[in-house]
Amino acid sequence: MKNDAHELARPRLVVVGNGMAGVRAVEELLAIAPQMYDITIFGAEPHPNYNRILLSPVLAGEQTLEQIILNPLSWYAQQGITLHKGSKVVQIDRAKRTVRADDGTEAAYDRLLLATGSSPLILPVPGKELKGVIAYRDIADTEAMIEAASRLRRAVVIGGGLLGLEAANGLKQRGMDVSVVHIMPWLMERQLDQAAGRLLQESLERRGIRFLLGAQTQALVPDGDGRVAAVQFQGGSTIAADLVVMAAGIRPNTELAEKAGLLVNRGIVVNDTLQTVTDPRIYAVGECAAHRGIAYGLVAPLFEQGKVCATHLAHFGIGRYGGSATSTKLKVTGIDLFSAGTFMGGGDSEDIVMSDPYGGVYKKLVLKDDKLIGACLYGDTVDGSWYFKLIREGRNVADIRDKLMFGESNIGDVGHEGHNRAAAMADAAEVCGCNGVSKGAICRAIKDKGLFTLDDVRKHTKASASCGSCTGLVEQLLMFTAGGDYSAAPTRKAMCGCTDHSHQEVRDAIRTHHWLAIAEVHAGMNWRSSNGCSSCRPAINYYLLSTWPKEAQDDPQSRFVNERSHANIQKDGSYSVVPRMWGGETTADELRRIANAVDKFKIPTVKVTGGQRIDLLGVKKEDLPAVWSEIGMPSGHAYAKALRTVKTCVGSQWCRFGTQDSTQMGKDLERALWRMYAPHKVKLAVSGCPRNCAEAGIKDVGVIGVDSGWEIYVAGNGGIKTEVAQFLVKVKTPEEVLECSGAFLQLYREEGWYLERTVHYVSRVGLDHVKHKIVDEPAGRKALWERLQFSLDGEPDPWFEFEKARLDLRQFQALAGHRILEAAT
Amino acid sequence: MNDWIAVCQLKDIPTLGARRVQREQGPEVALFRTEEDEVFALVDRCPHKGGPLSQGIVFGRQVACPLHNWVISLESGLARAPDEGCAARFAVKVDGGIVMLDAQELRTLGIERAVA
Repeated sequence: MKNDAHELARPRLVVVGNGMAGVRAVEELLAIAPQMYDITIFGAEPHPNYNRILLSPVLAGEQTLEQIILNPLSWYAQQGITLHKGSKVVQIDRAKRTVRADDGTEAAYDRLLLATGSSPLILPVPGKELKGVIAYRDIADTEAMIEAASRLRRAVVIGGGLLGLEAANGLKQRGMDVSVVHIMPWLMERQLDQAAGRLLQESLERRGIRFLLGAQTQALVPDGDGRVAAVQFQGGSTIAADLVVMAAGIRPNTELAEKAGLLVNRGIVVNDTLQTVTDPRIYAVGECAAHRGIAYGLVAPLFEQGKVCATHLAHFGIGRYGGSATSTKLKVTGIDLFSAGTFMGGGDSEDIVMSDPYGGVYKKLVLKDDKLIGACLYGDTVDGSWYFKLIREGRNVADIRDKLMFGESNIGDVGHEGHNRAAAMADAAEVCGCNGVSKGAICRAIKDKGLFTLDDVRKHTKASASCGSCTGLVEQLLMFTAGGDYSAAPTRKAMCGCTDHSHQEVRDAIRTHHWLAIAEVHAGMNWRSSNGCSSCRPAINYYLLSTWPKEAQDDPQSRFVNERSHANIQKDGSYSVVPRMWGGETTADELRRIANAVDKFKIPTVKVTGGQRIDLLGVKKEDLPAVWSEIGMPSGHAYAKALRTVKTCVGSQWCRFGTQDSTQMGKDLERALWRMYAPHKVKLAVSGCPRNCAEAGIKDVGVIGVDSGWEIYVAGNGGIKTEVAQFLVKVKTPEEVLECSGAFLQLYREEGWYLERTVHYVSRVGLDHVKHKIVDEPAGRKALWERLQFSLDGEPDPWFEFEKARLDLRQFQALAGHRILEAAT
Repeated sequence: MNDWIAVCQLKDIPTLGARRVQREQGPEVALFRTEEDEVFALVDRCPHKGGPLSQGIVFGRQVACPLHNWVISLESGLARAPDEGCAARFAVKVDGGIVMLDAQELRTLGIERAVA
């Protein structure tokens, strides 16, 4: 535990502010550099760190104060942190590097972190100091309101924003007679447009809350005893009040910083590493800090700041804070509300609106230049995170514009029975169909383990960690249980924990620098880990091979087991073998050899696959090479991120409806494309007429024969998200089918991110981009097709050309764990 | 005192890879080699669902199970938090390029963890 000699040498970190931002930064610091600092925290409130966001549920009686404590006192002790609670820092001496609190406590620092938060704005009206007038900000305010609610009757809340409405709802739940006074024409005008604001108001009115909109408070009127008795408005009208709650906004607490001579402008001015611009020894995070002119009042940005600040304190020097995109959700049980971006619309933007006032659902999406720039949702918010993602990515949505309103989850998600409102689900109901996680299990984990982010929930419960289609539901649960999803909202996503670079940046750098080895990428892009992880190594290996074919060398140790053993691992550690059957056609001779192998190696299960071939399941790893050799058919690559099958219908050779020889077309495509590695698996199908018996409509490339030629469809998917392929082009000859299909797949191979299926790739870059490259530019198409042929030329069949395929045969033999090597050594 | 048995040479294990060692009884033992040529041995069963750790991707001093991507520490056998579980760990000695395991441990360790 504590090493005294070490302790003396440690630099001192003093944190002013024991709230969510400051303590989060300390937690991040302890996670990456646990013993680096001797830490002291000052907190003005007499409590350990608690979840301020959940004060509203406490006020409403849905949670208790104990439940919202984030770091109990024992945590501070365990971490060796000195905590001065109930001790407000009033002075910083930057020359001597000490801080002093109002109770006389002093502490010297080497680095100082200011996380002083914000205070409620008190309206400068006569009577603001009367008894019975309180602000809504901390535990003391909440307790005062709970106490007041037990003996007083009439409450007036000044402010119809997030905080004011949550306060009003809480007081109403506690039995008070509540009116909300708001100066603007509708509620939450900074988060909602008028229509959504109106729906919200109606919903709250049904709960018995009254509203006075467009009302400007002029004075608070006293009774004879110095208590508030009424609120008076401009124009002279009044309403009676026993309790007045000020919730008209907040302002950053910057007096301490100002007194110490730090630059303050809307907050304590900090740079991208959260250091104050005046004194690099002093950092500021949270609501008191102003980064690029913005002081954030939401929790997600504060957590992002805490993370960057921690890496800088730990001398990592890698993180930079670039500001946050923010979204809003209201925490009033039973009301779903979400907004993000520029949702007001107007000007040169276009609105798509869906309004069902009777059903209490309203959705507005705002587009500009074919991009989603804002969203405002009321009543059904399950797609909020998807819209937020589209806004942040700024991607072109022209091709999905007609589907946008119906949301990501309404395009055929499976696995959670079409639920879209988490609050209405029973505790036992399954949220994540992949990993069998119930609503109750997720809520328990969030509460018991103190989870805050989607990532945390995925790690602890696996919910939404596989296919991700229930992400919206999990985010709703986070909102109800923890008070919000505090996931970082970067505009681009890092590839994995080993780096801050995105997939695209890694791809680009490999091309620009002509890197050929994983180690070069690691060195050139400052990888944090010495040899990557199981997530980034396979991706980089693929990027190298697809960018520099015939130059970069495959690294089998950076491939998943299936691609290293050239067979599919099964749950019991055995493997499956799927030989290639060109276009789904086979012969008596092939079937005989397969039957022989089944007998000889006692293979327990033989199954016909959906891709028109035969799967031999339960093969022991040591038998694999012998089974391949016995069958004598090419590898089917059923185990690889590569071309799988080309499914075909019978076609014009036999079928009385067939217009084209689809089987031959399928065989030609498969022979041209096999051994093609790709970002993810690739499946093709060819049908001989529009009856489409080969189900070409849900394939990565689907080809449909018509009397006058062939139609080519791309980016279909039959998996988690059933997605119908989109029409790319119609051509006349089989040669054109080969060239167009091949060129499309090469484009995907060159531009797709690892583990991105064609459906996701095309939805990211837009179908127009693909059409432009494949249909509009014949020379470019030809070049793509030639590059693919160059890549595939001479590629080995891994089941037979072991050396060329860099197949390590030692993996098939076990070593002996008893004395046989004795003599040899 | 250890009763060391030579099982292979260091070069028989691929760098950032693994080999399996068969025992007279019980599940196999996985031998891992890191980039720095350290060798670690764990029972070849993931504490999660019994996946063969020897078939996973090795990085740093960790291996990712091929079945569900649990990350297991090669040094301790412990699953990376928040997952919970532990794979039995075997002593390894590398001397003059020869990799050795302890005969006593091979007979007794991780036997009961066998997954049918």
